[in-house]
Amino acid sequence: MVSSQFRQKLGTRLGKRRHTKYKPGILRLGLGLLLILVGAFLALPVLSLFLKSYAGFSLQTLKDPMVVDALSLSLFTSAFTVVVVVLLGTPISYVNSRFDYPGKEVIDSLIELPVVMPPAVAGIALLMAFGRMGVLGQYMNAWGLSIAFTTLAVVVAQVFVSAPFYLRQARISFEDVDLVYEEAARTLGATPVYAFFHVTMPIALNGLISGAIMTFARALGEFGATIMFAGNFQGRTQTMPLAIYTAMQGDLDVSLCLALILVALSFVVIALVKMFTRRRIPRHVRN
Amino acid sequence: MLEIDLHKRLRDFDLDAKFQTEDGEILMLVGDNGCGKTTILNMIAGLLCPDSGEISLGGETLFSSDFNVNLSPEDRNVGYVFQNYALFPHMSVYDNVAFGLKARKHSKEEIGRRVEDQLKAAGLWEMRETKVIDISGGQKQRTALARALVIKPSLLLLDEPLSALDTRMQVLMRKELKEQILQCGVPSIIVTHNIRDVDALGDRLCFLDSGKIVFDGEAKEAIYEDILFKES
Repeated sequence: MVSSQFRQKLGTRLGKRRHTKYKPGILRLGLGLLLILVGAFLALPVLSLFLKSYAGFSLQTLKDPMVVDALSLSLFTSAFTVVVVVLLGTPISYVNSRFDYPGKEVIDSLIELPVVMPPAVAGIALLMAFGRMGVLGQYMNAWGLSIAFTTLAVVVAQVFVSAPFYLRQARISFEDVDLVYEEAARTLGATPVYAFFHVTMPIALNGLISGAIMTFARALGEFGATIMFAGNFQGRTQTMPLAIYTAMQGDLDVSLCLALILVALSFVVIALVKMFTRRRIPRHVRN
Repeated sequence: MLEIDLHKRLRDFDLDAKFQTEDGEILMLVGDNGCGKTTILNMIAGLLCPDSGEISLGGETLFSSDFNVNLSPEDRNVGYVFQNYALFPHMSVYDNVAFGLKARKHSKEEIGRRVEDQLKAAGLWEMRETKVIDISGGQKQRTALARALVIKPSLLLLDEPLSALDTRMQVLMRKELKEQILQCGVPSIIVTHNIRDVDALGDRLCFLDSGKIVFDGEAKEAIYEDILFKES
């Protein structure tokens, strides 16, 4: 009696399971459609850019003084920004990854701030700090040092908005390096500085390079803070995004040409970051 | 000779360690997980600072709270084989072994000669160019030992040097390890959980329980009296 009831119950349950409404085919189809939609949404603007510029693009556009000036200025300032950020950011990131100190939370928040701050706000903030009448700028101006609306201002704006990309990545990369490697190096006779340059940095190097590439990309695309703090003067402060904006009001071909160059650079950046991220030695392999 | 008398307050208990080790003697440091064995090694190596006490090695004071002496790890000349070997993953076998000599600014000729001798003695010369992430567990153990020995340390510390190896490899490596340590002729401290390690390698044994040394005597005596498995 009991066993037949049990069988009945079990049969009912199995029956329910057999008649479930779950249909994997429909779920797969839905997810596939979602992926296609998202992919199309992301790819369409880039493809459109290529299609539209193909019609009116000529090599002469590449020789346009506006394009040449913007491209050379952007590459120079972005490269300079990366050098500044790497030189100043590497020791800061290392200290933040290894040590606790009073006010560390505040410093961490300040490092993250430019990521969430609208670039235009960053531009005004920089102007209020380093502009002619700025908090620090007024004293610098008295000494004959003026930053705002110069090429240096472009670099300052780029450093301000792009530094968090390196600082964050570098910190993660250093945290990923097990402290035991530094300890081993020290017991073998290495000073802390020697251990840093010969052990910690090389192990973290691919992560650091990824961070530097992301910083370069962010600096290259910087618009809001630059136009507010450095202005839009061709050959002096007009970087590629600013030139695209300016050209849009006159010559669309120049604008499209600059946009294509930036898209091509973006693809190179993505490829490089992926390459260096893959080359990082996973922690489980190291141990 | 190594002499230590250390005190350090840990999270759950006070660590008190007092013992000495003669030149050429192998001291086995045994105890449960978290009883303070690795902490003692780290304090001797200078990676952790004791709260008070003294460490002297061959007549030189490495640490003394009374005299405010605390030599940095790079000045202690201690060879340390870490539990997971801590081989530098971006370097080859050769570069790992040469690291200590390069850091100590030895001449290129001397580095070449000493590393070659050490690698040949460890049977690693043929794979000197191989990255350490591509070698086997036994080869990693040999590389770590070679790296610690090539600097001609005044003291050798080994933290569970065989625990990452499979049982068969442990048997093979014990004999090899013993020979290399004896050739070195300096005091050695080996942290282990394995009674076979104690039997094959140890001259003396210190049994640590919650930061206190509850047995300090000959390794054979410890095994005979079943110290390792007695209820504390």
